[in-house]
Amino acid sequence: MGQMFFLVESEYKVTSSDFKNNSNKSKQTTRWFSNITLLRESQIMKIHYITGVCALFVVAIHILMRLIMPFNMSLEFENVILNYKNIFYALLLESILVLIAIHGFNGLRVILLEIRQTLIWERAVNILVIIAMIGIIAYGTRTIIIANGFSVG
Amino acid sequence: MKIFKKDKRREIKSEEAIEISNTTENTQSSVKLRVFRINAIQDPKDVHHFDEFQVPVKRWTTVLDALLDAKSYQDSSIGIRYSCRMASCGSCGMKINGIPRLACYTKISELSTNTITCEPLPNFPYIRDLVTDFSQFFNHHRSVMPYIQNKKADIPDVNELTEYEQTPEDLDKFLQFSYCIKCGLCYSACPTVATDLKFPGPQALSQAYRYFADSRDTDKSNRLKVIDTSHGISRCHFAGSCSNVCPKGVDPALGIQLLRSHLLGFSNSEKKIAKLQDRSSTSYTSEEEGEGENLQKR
Repeated sequence: MGQMFFLVESEYKVTSSDFKNNSNKSKQTTRWFSNITLLRESQIMKIHYITGVCALFVVAIHILMRLIMPFNMSLEFENVILNYKNIFYALLLESILVLIAIHGFNGLRVILLEIRQTLIWERAVNILVIIAMIGIIAYGTRTIIIANGFSVG
Repeated sequence: MKIFKKDKRREIKSEEAIEISNTTENTQSSVKLRVFRINAIQDPKDVHHFDEFQVPVKRWTTVLDALLDAKSYQDSSIGIRYSCRMASCGSCGMKINGIPRLACYTKISELSTNTITCEPLPNFPYIRDLVTDFSQFFNHHRSVMPYIQNKKADIPDVNELTEYEQTPEDLDKFLQFSYCIKCGLCYSACPTVATDLKFPGPQALSQAYRYFADSRDTDKSNRLKVIDTSHGISRCHFAGSCSNVCPKGVDPALGIQLLRSHLLGFSNSEKKIAKLQDRSSTSYTSEEEGEGENLQKR
């Protein structure tokens, strides 16, 4: 009931009279985002679903790789480093990183967008999520490169 | 003698009638009606409360009948919106015993309880008591352009006007969605609308699909653009509550999923749905078939 009453105070004043303003705002938002992202929501969601399905396969391969030797041995330091030295395994890890980062951070964005609907919030969420996603991918890629031995020095 | 016999029969019949009326009076029970009361227009800070009314009911009494009884004989200030009393206008939507329903379409005997709680529809701003503000709901509906758009329809010469031909299969693609009476029950049951006020809601989205699937409509891309936003169709969680509460048997969740699959570019499901529609009862006579052929020739 508390939530319903909250709707009276906030929503009633806005929606009954100022719909035109709201629609103008949403148009502005779409224009603003279209300039930045160049992707429509359906395209973003298509990427979300594809990365989700692909991540399922690569994570399954990643877990099954543990079975090629006794499980406790597979997590020993030397064996893990040896895995990283294998270029195909490194590529598998990289693809997991990219797919999970895209899928996960977009999922987070969707959840956060539903919490509040203000223009500033939407902008902030979109920018922060993209920055966090790029940051995580960059950091993970750096780890893979160092462990693989491609790093300079 | 014959006259006497007739009189006796009459007496017996009248006795039976009295007995029947007595039994109906005995079976007539009463229920406790708990009505949500608020006056958000006069005093926006008004805290709601529930008023209780004891209302006599019969087997066929609907919740709307009970509310109107309470309004007529106990408290005339109860705010209710209603019109047709036959589930056609969609005015009397309210939350009855926790579920959004039409008051005129819900019989008290079906609820199998002696306490009926009537509240305004959730996800709508209050106006007074059971009356809610539908402005936002209708604005969402309006935003999906719920009308056929066809540039070819602008024919300046009246003599060139022809019918829009549509096969039964074309009709079946959207027919069930056209039964929507805009009662707002699906909108009030939607968990996404409860958190995201910019989400168009099941009603608007299913109507977008209704006109999208219409073979007479040519402006499909514009309609898709409207709903393909960050607070658009992709925010549907597919809870399916909208389809559960619809009093007209419309399946808005199906419409949303079909529209979404069109946006993602991998669906022709509505063709399968059209094929699944039961048209076995429809038999075309040879004359009608002949007329159809003539139409096609034209």
